[in-house]
Amino acid sequence: MDWFDSWALSLAAFIPVVGAAVVLAIPKAKELLIKQVALLTTAVTLLVGVIILFRFDYDAAAKLQFSVNKSWIEVISSRYHMGLDGISLPLLILTMGITLLCVVYSWDHFPEPHNPKAFLALILLLETGMIGTFLAEDLILFFIFFELVLLPMYFMIGVWGGDNREYASIKFFLFTLFGSALMLLSFLAIFFKSDPHTFDIVTLSQQHSAGMVHGTQLLIFGGLFLGFAIKVPMFPFHTWLPDAHTEAPTVGSVILAAVLLKLGTYGFIRIALPILPEAARSWAPYIGLLSVIGIIYGALGCLAQTDMKRLIAFSSVAHMGFVMLGISTLTSFGINAAIFGMVAHGLITGMLFFLAGSVHERFHTRELNRLGGLLLQAPKMGWILGFCAMASLGLPGLAGFWGEFPAVLSSYQPAEGLNVALFRGFMVTAAIGTVLAAGYLLWMLQRVAMGKIPAEWEDAHIHDVHRPEWLAWTPMLLLILGLGVFPGAIFHVTDGAVQGISKAFGDGG
Amino acid sequence: MPAPYFDYAALAPEIILTVAIVVVLVADLLFEEREKYQTSTLAGLGCLAALVPVLYLAGNGADRTMFGGAYVVDNYALVMKALFLVAGYITVLLSTNYIEEGDYYQGEYYTLLLTALLGMTVMASARDLVTIFVALETLSIPTYLLAGWRKHDARSNESSLKYYLMGVLSSAVMLYGMSIVYGLAGDTRLVEIARYVATGAGGHLFDVAIFFTLVGFAFKVSAVPFHFWAPDSYEGAPTPVTAFLSVASKTGGFVALLSLVYVGFFGRSDAWQPILWVLAAASMTVGNLIALRQTNLVRMLAYSSIAQGGFMLVPFAVANQGDGSARPGAFSATVVYLLIYAVMNLGAFAVLIAVARKTRSADIDSYAGLFNYAPALAVTMSLFLFSLAGIPPLGGWYAKLVVFKSVLDAGTKQAVVLGVLAAVNSVIALFYYARVAGMMWFRPAPADGGSTARVPVALGAAIALPSALIVAIGVYPNLFARLGELATKGL
Repeated sequence: MDWFDSWALSLAAFIPVVGAAVVLAIPKAKELLIKQVALLTTAVTLLVGVIILFRFDYDAAAKLQFSVNKSWIEVISSRYHMGLDGISLPLLILTMGITLLCVVYSWDHFPEPHNPKAFLALILLLETGMIGTFLAEDLILFFIFFELVLLPMYFMIGVWGGDNREYASIKFFLFTLFGSALMLLSFLAIFFKSDPHTFDIVTLSQQHSAGMVHGTQLLIFGGLFLGFAIKVPMFPFHTWLPDAHTEAPTVGSVILAAVLLKLGTYGFIRIALPILPEAARSWAPYIGLLSVIGIIYGALGCLAQTDMKRLIAFSSVAHMGFVMLGISTLTSFGINAAIFGMVAHGLITGMLFFLAGSVHERFHTRELNRLGGLLLQAPKMGWILGFCAMASLGLPGLAGFWGEFPAVLSSYQPAEGLNVALFRGFMVTAAIGTVLAAGYLLWMLQRVAMGKIPAEWEDAHIHDVHRPEWLAWTPMLLLILGLGVFPGAIFHVTDGAVQGISKAFGDGG
Repeated sequence: MPAPYFDYAALAPEIILTVAIVVVLVADLLFEEREKYQTSTLAGLGCLAALVPVLYLAGNGADRTMFGGAYVVDNYALVMKALFLVAGYITVLLSTNYIEEGDYYQGEYYTLLLTALLGMTVMASARDLVTIFVALETLSIPTYLLAGWRKHDARSNESSLKYYLMGVLSSAVMLYGMSIVYGLAGDTRLVEIARYVATGAGGHLFDVAIFFTLVGFAFKVSAVPFHFWAPDSYEGAPTPVTAFLSVASKTGGFVALLSLVYVGFFGRSDAWQPILWVLAAASMTVGNLIALRQTNLVRMLAYSSIAQGGFMLVPFAVANQGDGSARPGAFSATVVYLLIYAVMNLGAFAVLIAVARKTRSADIDSYAGLFNYAPALAVTMSLFLFSLAGIPPLGGWYAKLVVFKSVLDAGTKQAVVLGVLAAVNSVIALFYYARVAGMMWFRPAPADGGSTARVPVALGAAIALPSALIVAIGVYPNLFARLGELATKGL
């Protein structure tokens, strides 16, 4: 299996794009074949992921495994360097799983204007970008994959989205591009300030920006911050998110929430913190502050929504606030919580968007005022919604808890050199945020699932959860429960790698 | 004085082009009217034949110098010659059906096109003020005529006249500058001028000379504030000619600028660096902002090419940081940018011509729903537009990257400010490129649409070739990066 170890990551990243090429080559009329090829591609990709899971050395989770390091753009000394450690692994598997489930879910409800060929090709292209970002160990390679997701998502929102899709798609594109243009400048600045000049993330992380003037570091970190914070998105850069989420087709929202947002937080953990630890320490209080503002603002925003999907979108802002709060403590406890939060949010919010999509499909509206009594008309779906809402508000025993609670707790004792009182203030504020989260999620649940069936829908025949939905949802629901009961499954994988990062901030673990 | 030394191998590309010009001209006399489309084939063959010695010389490797250093065939010259010849070939492909079906004079058209190409290939080797000037006029004069080829159209006449007047004006300004340079340095060869510059003599008069020379070229490359002729000329000219102007002709200007600045004037960066900084910043910003408001795709591409020109000027503005460390990076950045820009812009024009065959319009609104009735054209057009915007994994990202890299390599405050300005501009640019893409993908097709647009073979090749290249460069930029590096060696 030696050949597998050296090819695994390249296979994982590029099988989807090959699948996309095959899909494009099939005539439009052979719809079934197109779907089968797409399904097969995502399944094979996941299979590669599963084999990786089995061959991963969990005792050396801090080390990069399955590494490939080949020459790519010699002229600017950028290399094709990919690797996988404990931080990337959960996110990699999450990406592969979610993409497969999205293809399953889409099976017979492609949004208007239909065209499964283009839709599936874009999803596959998207998968390559997402997987590649989690694996890249070279700044330029990272940048390429990071940007690769833009075009497919732009078209997905723009072609298959809701009424306001053109506005939402271009807003999404412009916001992200603005961040990543400055991020690219920062990458290049890091290159020229490093000695010897390199784009290699591993080497740069070992250099710890030694010999770089503090002021320069702060500026470079600022560029990285903009690039990643817009993607996360952190308050006040979040305004693209409600529009993009609301207008995107169901599957687009799911991928956006479950994976794309994680590219930003992952960037902080993989690039910004290890390469520029000093600057990270100076920036941490501001990141923490924006995070808690995001938590409260997102929650209040939720309470003001009348559209179910938009509500879930705002809840993403709040949840990503918890993730960023964990990161801003610069402790292994906080960063572990953040990674768990990323996976949990991916599963839970992904599920909520699936549900919002299915509700919309049945009632042709997402207006909370017009919905109600889902438990009476489609009890199974209602219960699933209840389950996910509970998971999302951080009920112990479900996955959401382990992302939220430790993140709040970690700000009790931030890394050395950070203002303890300030972070305890953040902790209290974030705790209030969890109460608000319970408020808006229960409120949503109440209005969608409980109460009487509105007169409008009394005679409507509402189909309960059907087969593609069961197939797509069951694994996610099981994982939400499973990770809630055995959080160690993820903490065990991430901890080693995270400690490698938090060491730089004087954290012994 | 001994007889000048002719290295016929080194001159072979130019000689072949000259032969091709004569052949096309004679063939035009001999062919019957309905056979005249074959002049296009001859012209295309001429471009490809001239490419053969270029490849041979590149494989041979040795630099060849003639006429006391006035004419140099080094890697840089060969890379640029190859670019011109390929761009010329693609222009021929673009023109074939357009010129034939439009009832235009065919033989003359290709004769002039090849003549302009000849001027460009000479320009790539010119290292002497007089040679540069002669090359510039050889490439410009035929294009004045070509711009007015649709002679029954008032717009085309306007295009030609504007372009001609501005061209003549810029030549005059440039010549004035050159004459002062010659007066001070006592030589027209760039190497000798560099030697003069190194002595530090000349003072403010030399500043003035540099200023006039650069302004002359700023007209040629349509840098803001010397750009205003470009949109009108581009819109009025026959579309294949516009493609040729915005790619080949512009590159011609840049090649001269590269030779002059990096070889001749390099030591006097205090004089030219600020000018080019302003030109770069203004071209990017103004070009992009005006492009936002365009409703006609050709005009939009005209302004976009002004902005793209600004990006190419950025490395100039940071090229000399005293120790010479930034020089090779900046030089190769512009070269690489020129190469990639040529591919994507030609591709965009190729699709534009193909679409116009069906819609008879270049209005952005007429692109509505293109994805529904001509998906291949919509996809390739999107490739080129997003490549121009610099979105990975399409080739344009690498062009942008090397520009940013040159800026941060310099690392000074002015350089970084220019870099941030360029970054912001690349975001602005996305907006108008994406708007066209949105029109093609997100809007419904017009009611009378629905039939697929048929694309002739030549045009299809002119779309397919750049599409394949732009994806290949995007995924494996080393391809063109190596060319940029090679070109820098002779510096």
